[in-house]
Amino acid sequence: MTDPIDPRGRSMRTLAGLATVALLVVACSSSTTSSAPSAAAPSAAAPSAAASEAAPSAAASAALGATTIRSNEHEKVPAASVKAMVDYCTTKTGVTAPVAITNHNDFQDQFNSFMQGTPEDIVKWFTGERLRFPARNGLLTAIDDLWPSIAANYTDGMTKAAQGDDGKQYAVPIVSYPWVVLYRKSFFQEKGYTVPKTWDEFVTLAKKIQADGLIPLAFADKDGWPAMGTFDILNMRMNGYQFHADLLAGKQKWTDPKVQAVFAKWAELLPYTQPDPLGRTWQEGAQAWANNKAAMYFLGTFASQQVPAENLADVDFFPFPTLGTQYDSELGIDAPVDAWILSKAPKNLPAAEAMLGCFATPEAQLAFLGEDHSQIPASKVTDTSSFTPQQSKMAEIIGASGGVAQFLDRDTRSDFAGAQGMQALLQDFIKNPSQDLAAYTAKIQGVYDSLPPQ
Amino acid sequence: MTSDVVEPATPTAPAVGVAAVPKPKGRLRLSRGDKWVLALLLGIPAFVHIFLVWVPTLASVVLSFTSWNGIGGLDRIKFVGIDNYRVLVTTYPPFWPAIEHNLIWLGVFMLIATPIGIFFAVLLDKEIRGTRFYQGALYLPVVLSLAIIGFIAQLFLSTDQGLVNGVLAKVGVAPVDWLGNSSLNLWAVLVFASWRQVGYVMILYLAGLKGVDPTLREAAKVDGATEVQTFFRVIFPVMRPINIVVLVITVIESLRAFDLAYIINRGLNGLELLSVLVTNNIIGEASRIGFGSAIAVILLVVAVGPIIVYLTRTLREETR
Repeated sequence: MTDPIDPRGRSMRTLAGLATVALLVVACSSSTTSSAPSAAAPSAAAPSAAASEAAPSAAASAALGATTIRSNEHEKVPAASVKAMVDYCTTKTGVTAPVAITNHNDFQDQFNSFMQGTPEDIVKWFTGERLRFPARNGLLTAIDDLWPSIAANYTDGMTKAAQGDDGKQYAVPIVSYPWVVLYRKSFFQEKGYTVPKTWDEFVTLAKKIQADGLIPLAFADKDGWPAMGTFDILNMRMNGYQFHADLLAGKQKWTDPKVQAVFAKWAELLPYTQPDPLGRTWQEGAQAWANNKAAMYFLGTFASQQVPAENLADVDFFPFPTLGTQYDSELGIDAPVDAWILSKAPKNLPAAEAMLGCFATPEAQLAFLGEDHSQIPASKVTDTSSFTPQQSKMAEIIGASGGVAQFLDRDTRSDFAGAQGMQALLQDFIKNPSQDLAAYTAKIQGVYDSLPPQ
Repeated sequence: MTSDVVEPATPTAPAVGVAAVPKPKGRLRLSRGDKWVLALLLGIPAFVHIFLVWVPTLASVVLSFTSWNGIGGLDRIKFVGIDNYRVLVTTYPPFWPAIEHNLIWLGVFMLIATPIGIFFAVLLDKEIRGTRFYQGALYLPVVLSLAIIGFIAQLFLSTDQGLVNGVLAKVGVAPVDWLGNSSLNLWAVLVFASWRQVGYVMILYLAGLKGVDPTLREAAKVDGATEVQTFFRVIFPVMRPINIVVLVITVIESLRAFDLAYIINRGLNGLELLSVLVTNNIIGEASRIGFGSAIAVILLVVAVGPIIVYLTRTLREETR
């Protein structure tokens, strides 16, 4: 899992001959896969798959037969997580499901054509606008008949994140993680640093760190997306969650002076962040932090993947400092959610819904996480005995937030968030933070307005 | 040393194509079976060519006047006139940088990489000692895919962990942001692109040089021409067909440049290229097929236009 949220990734794809591009898009439906034919015909006798949580008897569920799954987790640890989850739910529900795997970034690039072809019944995906878009375009099946049986597992925020524009439920959230300021406890102790709660405390600390010849905050944006997290947190803390959500949904204008204020604040922050971020991947940024060249790193908790295993327990984190605005108490935060979705024409709906019902349980999600402690289950977990201190803290931070966003490239239309939109635009700002912000935000709005209606 | 590689366009060369339209002269009549074979042999490639090249090309042109997110049937394609082109030249930020970078790429290939490749070919043609080794060494990057070259480039140029900055640090130079500084990274990438282009041109040109009639050189020597004069006055003009191939390849290689920029930062921040913009618009979830097609059409015109003009002119001169 090198790029957990990389919208497009650096994965290599050769440009099919220029002239054939259009044909490819028109003609290419999807790769055929090793989906095993369902053993039993869809059982019409079991329209309600609601019983999954109660671990139905094997005899009752054997009739459900098999479903099929497509996972975008190709790397070792997350692939094992998916397998652990599916295995757990196969024993719980009796539904068997072969898992086909596509490279994470390739899958995002091909998602459209893949979902229009003959996708597996259950597909691993995201929530937010990236869920609403395929739902709006009829590529998904709503799971409203399943939802009442699993609704109790989720908070209102999580329920909303899994909704389409039509208010129907389209996804079963499984795991989540917050964007926080990471630091190493032993290093802070050694240097006599204390965790800053407010912007002023943060600036004081940053100056002290710089006086020690260190970088206060690691920063990398070669990939194009990590800087989005900084915009998100500043906008939410300065203008509130609702404004942020509306802005990304196109209901507010980027030319609003409130947005300019966000970039002005960001320009204040940049002197304390690692120089030359546009030539650095987030992995390299995380390593600068892990090797104590930088004292802190504002990123998703997955940054700790770059920390050697023996130092993992030393990793700690805190929410981004408050900025002294009226939204301080709201504590808005980015906490992206991964989820399972149901494709538009599942071959065995009852079996697929039984499987999804099981995926919604905290037990299945804990099975998914296994030894991976950089995320937490998306469901409410009553038994947190298996949590590491970091996981407890993640749950606490997300729980304390009055406005949980996904992430810029999951919350806004993807043609706006992508390389031809916000990725390039934010890099433009980072390169030249002292530019005329009115003209700059007008440029952003111009790009947004040039996009076709969805 | 045979001269079949670069037989300078003799009248027989174009005649090969004419054989398909036999004039019913005398007894040279084709049987019914022959006609079937001919029709099949010409028809299949023609069909493949039309279906895989011309149909998609025309489809791209048509799509460039539409708005479509790639979802649903053709009925969801909306015609928007020249809107895509208007947005492209007015509001789309990476368009003009991409044009500029493609032209710089072309300039560097034409003025630096290709001449160096030709120079190496001329040197190696002298049968100096170890010529095979040099050939292999110079040709090696051509065997590597550009994706791998992109990977190698990152190993060299990464700010924190790259080899170049590591060496520079040893002599006390502050780290340089080779790949992130948008006024530097294009040139850094061009070094690696040229590394490959030099080898490519070299091998093409070397093959051509091997085919040049040695008596030409001897005659030039007898006439008292220097090495330089021999090359520019005798060899280079004789190599005309190869020169055309090298020129066309240089133009094509620089306009379809894609892999390196894409692998390094997906064509962001100083590495914008038309081909990457096409891809970035067409892949992904909410893709903009029409918009990407408009960029593709511009790239097509830029690439094909000059080549058609040049080729028709040279071919006309040759047939005269």
